[in-house]
Parts: sequence; C-alpha cells; structure tokens
Amino acid sequence: MSDHLLKSIFGRLTWESFPLHEPILLGTFIVVAALGLALFGALTYFRLWGYLWTEWFTSVDHKRIGIMYVILGIIMLLRGFSDALMMRAQQAIAFGDNQGFLEAHHYDQIFTAHGTIMIFFVAIPLVVGLVNFVMPLQLGARDVAFPFLNNLSFWLTAAGAVLVMISLFVGEFASTGWLSYAPLAGLAYSPETGVDYYLWSLQIAGVGTTLSAINMVATVIKMRAPGMTMMKMPVFCWTALCSNVLAIAIFPALTAAFFLLMLDRYIGTHFFTNELGGSPMMYWNMVWIWGHPEVYVLVLPAFGIYSEITSTFTGKRLFGYTSMVYATVVITILSYLVWLHHFFTMGAGPSVNSFFGIATMVIAIPTGAKIFNWLFTMYRGDIRFELPMMWVVAFMLTFVVGGMTGVLLAIPPADFVLHNSLFLVAHFHNVIIGGVVFGLFAGMVYWFPKAFGFKLDEFWGKVAFWGWVIGYWVAWTPIYVVGLMGTTRRVNHFDDPTLQPYFIVAAIGALIILVGILGFVMSIVMGFVKRDQLRDLTGDPWDGRTLEWSTTSPPPAYNFAFTPVIHDLDAWYDMKSRGYERPAGGYRPIHMPRNTGAGIILAGLALSLGFGMVWYMWWLAALSFAGLIVVAVAHTFNFARDYFIPADEVALTESKRHQPAVGA
Amino acid sequence: MSQPSIAPETAHGATSGHSQRGYRIGTILAIILTAVPFWLVMSGVLHDAQTTAALIFAMGFAQIIVHVLCFLHLDTRSEGGWTLLAFLFTTVIVVLTIAGSIWVMYHLNANMMPMPMPGGLVIPAH
Amino acid sequence: MTDHTRLPSDAAPSWHLAEDDDHDSGGNGATVLGFWIYLMSDALIFASLFAMFGVVRTNYAGGQMPHEIFELPLVALNTALLLASSITFGQAMPHIEAGRVRATRFWLAVTGLLGAGFIGIELYEFSTLIAEGAGPQRSAFLSAFFTLVGTHGAHVTIGLLWIGVILVQLGQHGLSQPMKRRLICLSMFWHFLDIIWIGVFTFVYLFGVLR
Repeated sequence: MSDHLLKSIFGRLTWESFPLHEPILLGTFIVVAALGLALFGALTYFRLWGYLWTEWFTSVDHKRIGIMYVILGIIMLLRGFSDALMMRAQQAIAFGDNQGFLEAHHYDQIFTAHGTIMIFFVAIPLVVGLVNFVMPLQLGARDVAFPFLNNLSFWLTAAGAVLVMISLFVGEFASTGWLSYAPLAGLAYSPETGVDYYLWSLQIAGVGTTLSAINMVATVIKMRAPGMTMMKMPVFCWTALCSNVLAIAIFPALTAAFFLLMLDRYIGTHFFTNELGGSPMMYWNMVWIWGHPEVYVLVLPAFGIYSEITSTFTGKRLFGYTSMVYATVVITILSYLVWLHHFFTMGAGPSVNSFFGIATMVIAIPTGAKIFNWLFTMYRGDIRFELPMMWVVAFMLTFVVGGMTGVLLAIPPADFVLHNSLFLVAHFHNVIIGGVVFGLFAGMVYWFPKAFGFKLDEFWGKVAFWGWVIGYWVAWTPIYVVGLMGTTRRVNHFDDPTLQPYFIVAAIGALIILVGILGFVMSIVMGFVKRDQLRDLTGDPWDGRTLEWSTTSPPPAYNFAFTPVIHDLDAWYDMKSRGYERPAGGYRPIHMPRNTGAGIILAGLALSLGFGMVWYMWWLAALSFAGLIVVAVAHTFNFARDYFIPADEVALTESKRHQPAVGA
Repeated sequence: MSQPSIAPETAHGATSGHSQRGYRIGTILAIILTAVPFWLVMSGVLHDAQTTAALIFAMGFAQIIVHVLCFLHLDTRSEGGWTLLAFLFTTVIVVLTIAGSIWVMYHLNANMMPMPMPGGLVIPAH
Repeated sequence: MTDHTRLPSDAAPSWHLAEDDDHDSGGNGATVLGFWIYLMSDALIFASLFAMFGVVRTNYAGGQMPHEIFELPLVALNTALLLASSITFGQAMPHIEAGRVRATRFWLAVTGLLGAGFIGIELYEFSTLIAEGAGPQRSAFLSAFFTLVGTHGAHVTIGLLWIGVILVQLGQHGLSQPMKRRLICLSMFWHFLDIIWIGVFTFVYLFGVLR
C-alpha cells in the first residue's frame, strides 16, 4: 500500500507509535493484557456478559451507576498511584551521577498523567459515585431526575478514562502538566499526540460531569420526599447540591478553554500562541476559573460525608446544622473569587493580587466554622470509634494543617517565594488526601453495607486506615521541608545530595500508602469472603439517622416501597424514636424508568471520535460524529421509557426482607 | 421552594394567555432595542463613540432583560423560584468571568509590558 | 439511643404518602427545570468565549480591523432574521397549548426557514472573510471572532436539526404530553440563542465598528 493510502487510513498512527522500545511500558502492557484476557475469559466462561449488560451497563438505577462510578474510581486510583510510586522512586534515587530509571520526557508524562487521572478519573468518579448512590436515598426518592442521562454521564466519564488508558500503550500522554499550560501545550511545542489525548479524554469526561451535575441539582430541587424542606435536608445532600451547582458554574470555563486550545492545535487559530496576538496567560486564567472551585466541588461532598458520620457515630444531632448549610453556600460563592492565587507571580500587580489573596484567606473562615461544628458535635457525645469515625478524626487532624499552609500560600509575597515549589505540591496533597481522599474512604466504608448488605472486613479496613494516615505523613512531611527550602516541583533529577534523605523518607511513605491501598482492596475481598458473618439484616448497621438507613441493604430497585414523609431533620432517627414500624402490606405498582443501551453506545462513539481525532484518522472521526448524531436522534424516537413494577412483585420483594428494621 | 414537589408542576409559563401579551410587548420592545443601536452606529448621528457605546451597551442589556422576561417568561413563580435563582446565580458568574478575566488580563498586560507588535497593540486600549 | 433530648411524645404521624405519585419519574417540571439549568451552563460557555474575545479583541496583529471587515447591513439583516424566528416561535406557542398540530408545524417550519436563512448568511459572511484573507488563523482577534460567532451558529444549526426532528415526531405523535414538553424546551433553547445573539451583535459587531 502506498504511504498516502496508509496515511489516510491510519492518520499519524504508525508502528513507532507503539512503545515497544520502552521496557516499563511493555511490561505494563503485558500485565494489563494478561489480566484483561483473564477477566474477559472468566466473564465469558461464567456467562456473565449478558448479566452485566442487562443489569449493570444499561442500568438507569442510580445505585448501580453509583457503584460503577466507584469501581471506575478505584481502578483508576491504582493506575494513578502506580504513577506516584514511580515518581517517588525516581526522586529517591536520581541524585548526582545517578539519572534514575525515568528520563525527563517519560517523567513529565508520568506526573501529568498522575495529576490528570487522580483529579478527573479518581476523585471526580468517587465523589459523583457516592453522591449518585446516597443522595436519592437520603432524599427519599426512587431515582434521580433524569435516569438515562445519569447512565450516559457515567459512560462518558468511563470513555474519557479509557482514552487516557489507551494513551499508555498507543502513542504517548501529555507531558505538559496536569492542566496542560499554554503555550507549552500548543502545537508549536507539543506536536505529538499527548496533548490531544489529554484534551479529548477530558472533554468527553467533562461533558459527562456537567450533565451529571445538572441531573443532581434537578434531583435535589424536584425529588425531595414530601415534608423535606431545604432546611430539613441532610447535610450531605446540601453539600452535594452546592458541589454540583459549582460544577455547573465552572466546567463550562474548562470546556471553553480546552475547546479553544483544540482550535489552536487543529485549525491554527491564535488564542494561546505566542504569535499573532495570542494570549497564553488567558489559558491559565480560564483553566483556573475552573480549577480552584473544582477543589471545592470535590471537598464539599467530603465535608458532607464527615458531617453524616460524625452525627451518626456520636449519636447526636449535628451541631450547628444551619451554620453548616450557610458555610457551605458561602464557600460555594467565595470559591469563584479566588482563582488568581494560582498565578500571583504572573504579574497582574498589587491591586489584583491583594484582592485575590484576601478572598482566598476569607474562605478559611467558613471552613474553620465547619471544623468547630464537627468538634462541638463530638463534644460530650457517645463517640463510637468505628472505622468511618476514625477516618473523620484523621481528616480533622490532617486537613487543618493543609488549610493553614493554604492560608500561608494565599499571602502573595509568601507565594512569590513558594510558587512552583514542592511546598505547594505538599500543600495540595495535604488538602486533597487529608480532605477529599479520607472523606471518600470514610464514605465508602460507611455506605458499603448499604450498597452490598455486608460490612467491610474490619482488620483490613484498619490496615487501610493506618497505611493511609501514617503513609501520608511520612510521605509528605519531608516534601514540605524540602519545598520550604526551595526545591522546585516537576524535576526528575537533583544535584544536591543533602536532599536525598528527605526523598528516601518520602518514598518509604509512598510504600506505606501502598499498604493502605492494598489493605482497602483486601478489606473488600475479605469482606466478601466473610460476608455471612458480616451481613447486615437490619438495613441500619451503624444506628444511622438519615433516610437511606430506613430501607433494606441493599435497597430494592425502587428504593422505598412507599414514598416516605419527613417530619424532622434526622428523618430516620425521628422515625425510630417515635416507634415507626414498616408496613407489611398494601403495596401498589411502582413507576420506574426503563433500562437503555443508548448511553453506552453514545459513549463508545464519543471514544472512537476522540481516538480518531487524536490520530488524525479523519474518516473515523467523521463516522463517529455522524454516528453520535444518528444515535442521539434515534434515541429521541424512543418514547417507551418507563414501566410499572406490579404490586405483587413489590410485595414479594418486600417479604424477602429478613427482618424488620425497628428502632431501638 | 419550601414545599416538596408532590403536586404535578404546572407546565412552563409560556402557555398562559398572560404570556401571549408578554410576547406582543416583548416583540415591540425587541424590535426597537435592536433597530436603534444599529441605526446609531450605522448613521453615526451622535458623532461621539463613547456616548454611542454607552447607549448601545445599555440597550443591549435592556434587550436581554426584555427577552428573558417576555420570551423566556422568567418570573418569581415558575418552578418555585428556582429558575429565577439559577438565572441570577448565572448572571453573577457571567459577570465575574467576563469582567474578572478582562480586569486580570488588563493589569497583566499593563504591568508586563509586552513587546509592541507591528500594526497591532497588545495592550487593550480602554 | 444516646440522644435523650427528643422524647417520643408526639402522636404517631403519617410516615408514608397514601397515594403514590410520579415525583420519582421525572415529570414535566424536572425536565423543564433541568433544561433551564443546562441553558445556564451553556450561557457560561458563551461567557468564557465572550471573555476570550474581550481580552484579545484589539489584538489585530497587523491584520484586518473590525471596521474593515464587518458589513453592518448584512449583520442587521441577520439579526432581523433571528429575531423574527424568535417571534414566529412565539406564534406557535398558543397552538401548542391548544393542541393544534397543523398550525404548530406551520410556525415551526417558518421558524426553521428563518433560522436556515440566518445560517446561510453567516456561512456567506465567513466564506467572504476567509476569501479576503481574514480567516481565523490571521490574528487572535479573528480567531476569537470566528469562534464566538461560529459557536453560536453551531448552536443554531443544532436547533434546526431539533426543529426537523420535532416536525417528524409531531406527525407521528401529535401534541402528546412528552411532545409538549419537548416543544417547551425547544422554545427555551431558541429564545436563549437569540439572547446570546444580542450579546454578539452588540459587543462584537457594533462595538467593533464603533472604534
């Protein structure tokens, strides 16, 4: 075949695009391929494909979609963490003559992939997954407002993750940092496929996140159970609402920035180039309009999780519910006024820097109020130090330090010294791990029995807890220290040998975190093995206070046989304390949304559109685009989107509940 | 908004007789508020760019309000006030995004003294 | 229970809804509200594009300036077409409410034709500019101009496709409840695009020619 024909079919994809010469990648590929084949074989052997397709992939049940989000997040956590281990190993050995095992270009890709994956494909899916699973249950709803959209959002996020994973083995990922700053990310400096992979995977996933956020906001507004006024809504729902409102407000800025960078790269416009009037710093401006509020999109639901757990495990109503709600709303608004603190050193001058510096410091006030609310909730409470509560305490101790280094960095003169240093890197890992990740683990441990009907294994859960907490401090304290001494970030080799001990300690810390991650996986595995001992038949294993504990574990597809009526803030506690008994008859047919495969098909087409665009396979991109439109339009011709669960089927499901959950 | 959504919501306000009157008023106002700015700029009657700019800015703003009220029928009642709340929140974010970006980038350009480019100026002339 | 502040004193209230309702299955209200929220997020995409345009709008890089390339009479015609299409959509609304399928289809078709005229003129304007060497690659100002106006045009094109689909579905289903809901969303989308266009003709075209 002629070169021309090959080019028109495969675009810029050639044999050289496959990293066969990279032993690390080749080894990874072989392992991943072997595991993938084993999984594929097992699923085929046990004839599970049909089950997965009808019960999970096409499901519009918010609980199953939530679980799929969490699984996606955990898988991507393993990928993102292996990147972290490689970086820690490289920095621990690459001193003086030793160049380590990662040359600069490869190292650049690894820190880019690590940041991108951890935020977009670990933190966001885990947060969205927990919100998806828990929020409708807490609201007393049967599903979210737009069940099909929910399925589509998940698959778009998954398609973005798959595209990132493809970049590991076909071509390369971006080496431009986790936000792909212009002008470095422009075609002039990054002509390879990396930035295109980055842009397309994040655009596809970003559409999913935006749609999901719209869905969740509509759910909170429209689907609350009767009697649940806004101020009787569980705090987690409030934080989820604010987080999703914020996501709707900020993701358009990121979408627009990426869209403009795509235009720069594909048709040669001059938005963020160095020539013909382009303004590279406008890219920073736009991505950080997204970027800072995004931190709060992630951490607000985590704050909600801490609130629920603190209240449950101290057996008390949350202290200062109203102030908690107002603090959440204030953080939502303020977080939109601080983006420039990410580039104080850009040179916008004293007036601009002062404004954004002060706005940043002001955010510490509502956040501090929240910490005091949790402390006062615990004060004189009957605290049960079970695993979720342990995560909460670890969060408070860890997060406060991160918050204080954040206030330190908010002072523009200090930031001029610390900008681009490892101190900054330690700070944001401090708040993301200590704030978001601990919260997600707390939430996963807390709601796992609701999702699967049995608790996680406690011993391995404690291994996970101590691994993460000790590992965090061992890994990041030395990074704080070397950062304060002026060590810059994103460096794969150091000349000063006196720094090496710090990096060796940090690497040991990363290994301790690895123990924590494996411990968490083991707590799921051992929980499954010992599920008969750990089973929860009441649906209320922690003596909970909100509505999700009023139904069985796992909840039936319709969540509640009868729509609950709410009289108090802690609705389930109210029901238990006033002698509520579950009705045993009188069931009626339940109106439910129907499953559909349109979501996964659309996401698959979006994935092939992205792949075609990355590799300049224009025919594939054009076909996929046309396919997207055809499938989307065809889906609008499907009017049969709901069905009724007959009353006797509801009665049968309800009678299978092993034991009525009656309050103490 | 304090009431849960148990009653079926009435459809969007666009279907009431009241809104037809809104459409007529909106149509007349929209035509005026579109035609006048074009006339001002195309005829140059005011001979003063600054005043013209202020006027067409005001009229553009007014026309957006007219369209939102008369064509989209935004009011305090539809959806229990949530659409209005969403609209006001979005307005704040839109203003922050546009004004904030221009403010930040103007100061950046003014402070960082970019190289003058032939034929064009990098500093926005405000 | 460890919290003794609440006494189980009240008489047993009702814990469940006697009659089940559709609050769970996404009724009319949720769709219209959800679509409204989507429009808000779309407005923010345009806000970002406007911000981009505002930042680079004088970065001509030695290329064409707005007053050299903008044909205000053409823009005025285009604006008139889009405004007229908003008005004709308004004409369809009472027929939608009354369930008159033929009249609804007529006014939708008129709206679609006006929208197609708008897109036609915009394509003509773009092709003329590119032929003159004032394409999006010429300067940051032109990049931002083409992107902002073109993104709006792409939205109008999607609106045209949507109108076409609705016209077909009206033939199949008449003005059923789901169809009415879709038409309300479509009308919001169409009016929203007209609002964005107010921003475009004011800040891009008129302001551009003014200086």
